[in-house]
Amino acid sequence: MADSFLFPYLLRLADDRLILGHRLSEWCGHGPILEEDIALANIALDLIGEATLFYKLAGEAEGQGRNEDGLAYFRDAVDFRNALMVELPKGDFGVTIVRQFFFSAYSLLQMEALTKSSNAELAGIAAKAVKESRYHVRHSAQWVVTLGDGTEESHKRAQRAVNDLWRYTGELFLSDAIDQEAAKAGIGVDPSTLADAWRTQVMEVLQRATLTTPTVNYMQRGGRDGKHTEHLGHLLSEMQIVARSHPGASW
Amino acid sequence: MNRAAPSRAVPSRDELFELLDTVKDPEVPVLSVVELGIVRDAVADEHGVVVTITPTYSGCPAMHEIEQEIRKALAEHGIGPVHVRTTYTPAWTTDWIGEEARAKLEAYGIAPPGRQESSDLIPLRRHAATVRCPYCKSLATERKSEFGSTACKSIWVCRDCRQPFEEFKAI
Repeated sequence: MADSFLFPYLLRLADDRLILGHRLSEWCGHGPILEEDIALANIALDLIGEATLFYKLAGEAEGQGRNEDGLAYFRDAVDFRNALMVELPKGDFGVTIVRQFFFSAYSLLQMEALTKSSNAELAGIAAKAVKESRYHVRHSAQWVVTLGDGTEESHKRAQRAVNDLWRYTGELFLSDAIDQEAAKAGIGVDPSTLADAWRTQVMEVLQRATLTTPTVNYMQRGGRDGKHTEHLGHLLSEMQIVARSHPGASW
Repeated sequence: MNRAAPSRAVPSRDELFELLDTVKDPEVPVLSVVELGIVRDAVADEHGVVVTITPTYSGCPAMHEIEQEIRKALAEHGIGPVHVRTTYTPAWTTDWIGEEARAKLEAYGIAPPGRQESSDLIPLRRHAATVRCPYCKSLATERKSEFGSTACKSIWVCRDCRQPFEEFKAI
C-alpha cells in the first residue's frame, strides 16, 4: 500500500502540466508568428508528456487500475488539483507569455528539487523535466523582456498581464498536509520553500523588462482542493469529449 | 525428435545492439536508435529479450513507433518474445551521440548538438552558442527559434549562404 499522500501529491504535478499544456495547444495554428506557433506547440508537447509520466506514477500509487488516460479524461473539474493560474483562458499573447514565465520559473525550481526525491522514478522524470523547463524559462523570459521593453502597446499589455496574473501566483507556493508529508518522507518538495527563489528570479526579469512587480497581497486559491474557476469545466469539456464519447477506443 | 529445439542460440548483447543499430529514428532517419542513445540496454536469455529504451523528450511522440520498429527488427531475425522497457534514469542527453553520428547529422543537413547550454536563465546575459552551418560551414549563423519541427531541434539561418537549417539542441 503506497503512502496516502503520494497519489494526491503526484496528481497536482500532473494536473498543472496537463491543463497548461492544453491551454498552450490552443495557440496551435493561431500563433502571432510561425516560430511562436511552433514554440508554443513544442512547449505544450513537453508539458503534456511530463503530465503523462506523472499520471502513470500517480495511477500506480493509487492502485485502482487507473492509467494516464483514465486520469486525464475521466475525471470532472472537482477532481482536478491544478493551480487556478493554469486554467485561466489563454488571453492575448502577453497573458500566455507572462503566465508561462511565472509557471516555468516555478516548475524549474520544483523539478530541480524533485531530482533529489527518494522515489527513483519521480527523480528520473524530474531530471528530464528540468532540462525542458530550463528552455521554457529562457523562451518565456526572453519574451517578457521583449514585450515589456518593447512598444507602448506591448508594454501596456504585458503589464496588464502581470497585474492580472499576480494574484494567482501565491497558490503555487501554498503548502498543506499533503505537501508536508511528501516532503517529510523525502519524496516531495514543500512548495513554500521555493517562494523566495522564485520571487528573486521573477523580479529580476520583470525589472529588466521595465515592468512593475505588483504589491497586492491578496491571493486567489482553491485549485489544490478542487475549487476551480468556471473556465476549467469548459476546457475539460473540449479536451475530454472524444475520449468520453468513445471510451476505450484505440487507433 | 526434439521439435522444440530453439532455432538459434541466445544472442549476445553485441549481436542485439548490431540488430538494433538497423532501427532508424523516425524523425531523424539518418541515425539509428542506438546511435542516438535511445537504446540503453539489451539482454537476452532463453525466455526472450528485454530491450531498455529512454525517451529523448518527455512528450516525444515517436516512442511508440520506435518500440514497434525494435520488435520488428528483432522478430525478423527470429528473436523474441521482446519486452521493451522504458526508463527515465539517467535522463537522456545529447552527450550520448558519438562523433560518427554527429558527422552523419551534419552531412544530412542538421547541425549536430554543441556543448550544453549554461543554466543561466536570464536572457541577454547568455553567451551565444557557436553553431556551424551544415551547408557552407560558416560560423556566421543566428538562431531564429529555440523550437523547430520536432522537440529536439531548433531553427537557425546562415548569414553567409542564407540557408535556413535545423540544429539538434544540446540538452
